[in-house]
Amino acid sequence: MSLIDMHKKDWLLFIGFAAVTLLAPIIFTPIGAGYPDLLQKFAIYGIFALGFNILFGLTGYLSFGHAAFLGVGSYTAVWTFKMLSMNPIPAIIFATIVGGLFSALIGFISLRRTGIYFSILTLAFAQMSYNMAYSVLTPITNGETGLQLAQSDPRVLDVAFGRDYGAVLPSSDLFGIDMTGYPGFYFCGVVLIICFFIALRIFRSPFGMMLRAVKSNQNRMNYTGLNTRPYALTAFIISGMYAGLAGGLLAVTDPLAGAERMQWTASGEVVLMTILGGAGTLLGPVIGAGVIKYFENIFSAFNETILMQAYSMLPETLQHIMVNVSSLFVGEGWHLTLGALFMLIVIFLPGGLMEGLKRLRNLFAKPSGGEGPGNSADAVPQPANPA
Amino acid sequence: MDAILLQVLNGLDKGGAYALIALGLTIIFGTLGVVNFAHGALFMLGAFCAVSIKAILSLDLVTLDPTKTTAWGTPLEIRQPYVEAWFGDFGTTLLEYSVPVSILIAIPVMLLLGIIMERGLIRYFYKRPHADQILVTFGLAIVLQEIIKSIFGANPIPQPAPETMQGMIDFGIAIGFDAGNVVYPMWRLIYFLFSLVIIGLVFAFLQFTTFGMVVRAGMADRETVGLLGIDIDRRFTIVFGIAAVVAGLAGVMYTPILSPDYHMGMDFLVLSFVVVVVGGMGSLGGAVLSGFLLGILQSFASMNEVKDILPGIDQIIIYLIAVAILLIRPRGLMGRKGVMEN
Repeated sequence: MSLIDMHKKDWLLFIGFAAVTLLAPIIFTPIGAGYPDLLQKFAIYGIFALGFNILFGLTGYLSFGHAAFLGVGSYTAVWTFKMLSMNPIPAIIFATIVGGLFSALIGFISLRRTGIYFSILTLAFAQMSYNMAYSVLTPITNGETGLQLAQSDPRVLDVAFGRDYGAVLPSSDLFGIDMTGYPGFYFCGVVLIICFFIALRIFRSPFGMMLRAVKSNQNRMNYTGLNTRPYALTAFIISGMYAGLAGGLLAVTDPLAGAERMQWTASGEVVLMTILGGAGTLLGPVIGAGVIKYFENIFSAFNETILMQAYSMLPETLQHIMVNVSSLFVGEGWHLTLGALFMLIVIFLPGGLMEGLKRLRNLFAKPSGGEGPGNSADAVPQPANPA
Repeated sequence: MDAILLQVLNGLDKGGAYALIALGLTIIFGTLGVVNFAHGALFMLGAFCAVSIKAILSLDLVTLDPTKTTAWGTPLEIRQPYVEAWFGDFGTTLLEYSVPVSILIAIPVMLLLGIIMERGLIRYFYKRPHADQILVTFGLAIVLQEIIKSIFGANPIPQPAPETMQGMIDFGIAIGFDAGNVVYPMWRLIYFLFSLVIIGLVFAFLQFTTFGMVVRAGMADRETVGLLGIDIDRRFTIVFGIAAVVAGLAGVMYTPILSPDYHMGMDFLVLSFVVVVVGGMGSLGGAVLSGFLLGILQSFASMNEVKDILPGIDQIIIYLIAVAILLIRPRGLMGRKGVMEN
């Protein structure tokens, strides 16, 4: 199976995805998201959600501990900066490897159980890592302060190649290009495109088919004499590597790593991104990550003054009431919106935004003959028996 | 020996809280088959019942006393809580005992909340996959805690225990140790006894009443009970309410030990799930046993002697035990066959 051997539709999807990613600064400007810090977040959390989806979307194993891999990736990247070089490439390579190793360890144990037990085991491991990062592992993680760069770091490779950062605190750079602002976004964007390509190949491969079979009926797979655990473990490790990579990129754009990235609410956030976009679809998780990060950014920036302006056309009493009601949901209250969104999506649109789009498309396509098989380029057949 | 006893005692109050929350989780899981991630939020809501009742009781009447002046020359404000103004000494006592009094009010409030939650949301999720149940209740938990945060703020609100119950008890004397060796805060002991009483009541309710019998039958085989013409759904709704009450009461009584804040529910929830899994999904006895067991083990792990040998063990002991139990005894300590095997 060569790399070129890909369906025409998939090529279109991939090229479209790459084009949107590369043109993101232009595309997202009209909605006020065309600035690098936010775009970097889109790309990074897009990678995180893509990887999570390979596990949850394909195999149905709901992990509540993926933030642990993200945190480990961040720590690894910062340590690589400190020890080897400020170049982001070794940092993200090590972050991916360590994320993979760590997930291999946790996955090996957790995958002995399925269903809710699996969720609780991963949750337990993530909480354990989080607690340890705050207590015993302080020499490695620097506890509550978070791991930071220091001027006196050895940076062996940089020294060997004669790079001297002088008396300022270095920031990460790719052969002289500073990894902040747009260059930082393009670095993350290119990694996202590569990750998307890999995910696409996994989705279309026999291996991906096997993972879907695990989701739809694991018992039947076992009865046919097939051991499903290696497949699930591979999916777990791949998604752990994606998470480690995303964590590494977080450190590339902002060389700092803290334990709060490993908290279980962070794991909950990636679950939300995936189901918001549509678990089991290719594009869904990336869209979900983008939507959540976008609204997080917009909503938490709102304050009463902005709200007052927004409702300025209303009579004064009504204006005050509306401001009071909506200020519950924005600014500090952004988490309330997030939780409510979580519930609404699970209740009304379990297939996420992608399913919503598909429904809309079917609605319009109905007069001309209903849904064809080609309509759902990246949709997964619904599991027959999810319980 | 007395050091060991002291650690056992230390673990009992926390273990009591774990046991009560885990008991409610297990009841809900066993009857409704729902994994309720919002159960920690119910614990937190119970604690905030106590906070609001204290706040309501201490609403005060402000009168100006023209005979005295403050340093600024304005008449001195005299603040007197309404309950004291209206009921005199009884009012003072009421205010003093606000935490125990809250129990009486928390019971109907939590029952109502539980029933609303079940009728309004959870019942639509009986037939959905466990992943969906986890996700929707997780969302609900976030919503509940954010609402509490917007009302009460993000800081912990201390709730004092009644003065007569604040002291220390020299527990050692009662069982023959020298004085001063096993001294223990009285409220924690009360909490432990309280949790035992609640656990006893729940078990008695399930064991000795007809209602409880039907519920137990429903846990064993829901379909057959339904075929016998019993409206099992309505009973399960009440069971959900009872589980909410148990979690709420655990929260009310815990407020003097830990000043409640909006995320206390989440902190306890993760641990309570671990407790349920260790005890065995669907086993009520297992939940209680493992609740106390893990509470005690955690307090042993926090001993300095243990921490010297294994640094950081107090942070992770519960999770380590959970991992070990799930690998060695996948059904948990007292798990029944056929419950959540997949």
